[in-house]
Amino acid sequence: MNDILLPRALLPSYLEQPEAVRARFEKLKQREVILRVSQLSKIFASAEKRTLALKDINLVTHRREFLCVVGPSGCGKSTLVRILAGLEQHTSGAVLLDGQPVTGPGRDRGMVFQGYTLFPWLTVKKNVMFGLEVNGHGKLDSEREAMQWLALIGLEKFADAYPQQLSGGMKQRVAIVRALANQPRILLMDEPFGALDAQTRCRMQAHLLEIWRKIDITIVFITHDLDEAIYLADRILVLSAHPGEVQELIEVPVPRPRSMQQLVTPAFLATKARLEELIYIGRHAPAEEQDEDYPILARMTNVADNVE
Amino acid sequence: MAQQKWLQIHRPLSARARRVIGIASFVLPLLIWSIVSYVPWVWHPQIMITDPGSAPYLDVGAHLSREGFDNEVADAQREGRAPPRGIAANPVYLPAPHQVLRAFYTSFTTPPPTKDGQWLHQSLWHSIQIIFWGFVISSAFGVPLGILCGAYAAIARLNEPFVEFFRYLPAPAFGALAVAILGIYDGPKIAVIVIGTFFQQVLIIANTTRKLDPALLEAALTLGTRSRALLTRVVVPGILPDLYRDQRILLGWAWTYLIVAELIGTTSGITWFITQQARYQHFPNVYAAIAMIGILGLGIDMILAAFGRRLFPWDRSLAKGA
Repeated sequence: MNDILLPRALLPSYLEQPEAVRARFEKLKQREVILRVSQLSKIFASAEKRTLALKDINLVTHRREFLCVVGPSGCGKSTLVRILAGLEQHTSGAVLLDGQPVTGPGRDRGMVFQGYTLFPWLTVKKNVMFGLEVNGHGKLDSEREAMQWLALIGLEKFADAYPQQLSGGMKQRVAIVRALANQPRILLMDEPFGALDAQTRCRMQAHLLEIWRKIDITIVFITHDLDEAIYLADRILVLSAHPGEVQELIEVPVPRPRSMQQLVTPAFLATKARLEELIYIGRHAPAEEQDEDYPILARMTNVADNVE
Repeated sequence: MAQQKWLQIHRPLSARARRVIGIASFVLPLLIWSIVSYVPWVWHPQIMITDPGSAPYLDVGAHLSREGFDNEVADAQREGRAPPRGIAANPVYLPAPHQVLRAFYTSFTTPPPTKDGQWLHQSLWHSIQIIFWGFVISSAFGVPLGILCGAYAAIARLNEPFVEFFRYLPAPAFGALAVAILGIYDGPKIAVIVIGTFFQQVLIIANTTRKLDPALLEAALTLGTRSRALLTRVVVPGILPDLYRDQRILLGWAWTYLIVAELIGTTSGITWFITQQARYQHFPNVYAAIAMIGILGLGIDMILAAFGRRLFPWDRSLAKGA
């Protein structure tokens, strides 16, 4: 583990922000609060035991902020975003969207899932129209808007194709505009690029930033990929596992506009080092059986035949 | 080499192999039937008399067991009379393929034996109507109830234990009851097909509905879909290709209830034709009629399968399957 961490002494502190970044955060915090989560806890109760999945989560997101949530597996980041979406009930605390408590799923919170959830029986265009139609827009109206959204992401050629004819990346682009067509206040994304290959993922990240720049939307983005989190986020919420608690809310010191070249800048590396420190060498010792060390294997090859 | 390729677990066949093996699945049973029918030393447990000789009680064309025939020959020879002669034959209930093939044509061209009787095509059409109405009535209630059971746990809990119990009751057992209630004509026959189909239908369709990917429901919920629209705009279209497949299988089951159903009350339809022909020992006609049921059933299913491919262009498994 230590071999791959960079010598920390050479890096600046992740807390050091260039003037432009500091000014951006000042401005961001002036904006209205879209999402406020306070003292949120979630207990999964089964017949055998009660598991505390999330504990006392506090969080404030401002308008047009890009927030990433990272954490080790089992930290409840998916549970958190599902509670925000209203797909899961929280046990205590409050989730307020524009000051209104969240009680169930609704069109004001769009969601993009890791799996492909386009409706397979609808064409691409009709998938995008779906949210508009169930919320009472007329057919012609919905169709016109859907075509505008598809034009925005350059997929108007595929308007009449079925989802199964699209590649994974295209499916997720359609899923994003399907959620955006409802003009939600916030877009929740649960590891949306997790199933894509590395190259497509890179392009999708840039594409998402482009969409986010051009549209008035606040994004909460769940990921376990630290590079992805730093590349995309204004702020990164780091959760710990068992129970899921907020470890730190990091303001990313990497200036915008972002590019892949920034992956090796000192500010980027410093942020990544901090994230790794929090997640892999976290203060909380592993507690559950799934975090046990893997065993050292007995040797089953010739002693002279070494591969490394 | 080729055979090795055919017998590998989960490996799909080439188009050519599919066609060849598919044809073989019909040719092989036909081949066995032909061998049994046309090769004299395979089976042929009886002797058909071609010349009665001196035995006055034997007719040309009568069937005797081999043993009985040998006794007759021995008796005649002992008494110095002309022995009967005959050729090896199968029992009358196993006609040869060509006889059945001929019966396919002649059974359509033979007028009914009685004035009020029905031509074969009329009998068949009557049977198809019984199946159709039985299946339509069953589906009209079974499909919606199955979907509701699959969608709402409370409705499932209220219905399924009873349905689970009822589906073990053999549908023909209700025949007498159905006649008492619905009379002796088509009513009780349709009722038996409904009883035989409905309870399986509810359970199968409920199960299919439950298999819908929950992520699609969640996606619809986050798009602002409310409960009613969730059922009509997501659940129903989402399961439609699988529901269609279920209906095809259930229609096959409905066919299997047909013969029993048609025996209830006044015998009718293809069953009436079969029992009449069997009574006069016209076994080629019996086989032809039974084969016609199979051809009709398979034919309708193939038409429905082709129709399904056009109906659900997004469904991959349908495009490839069956």
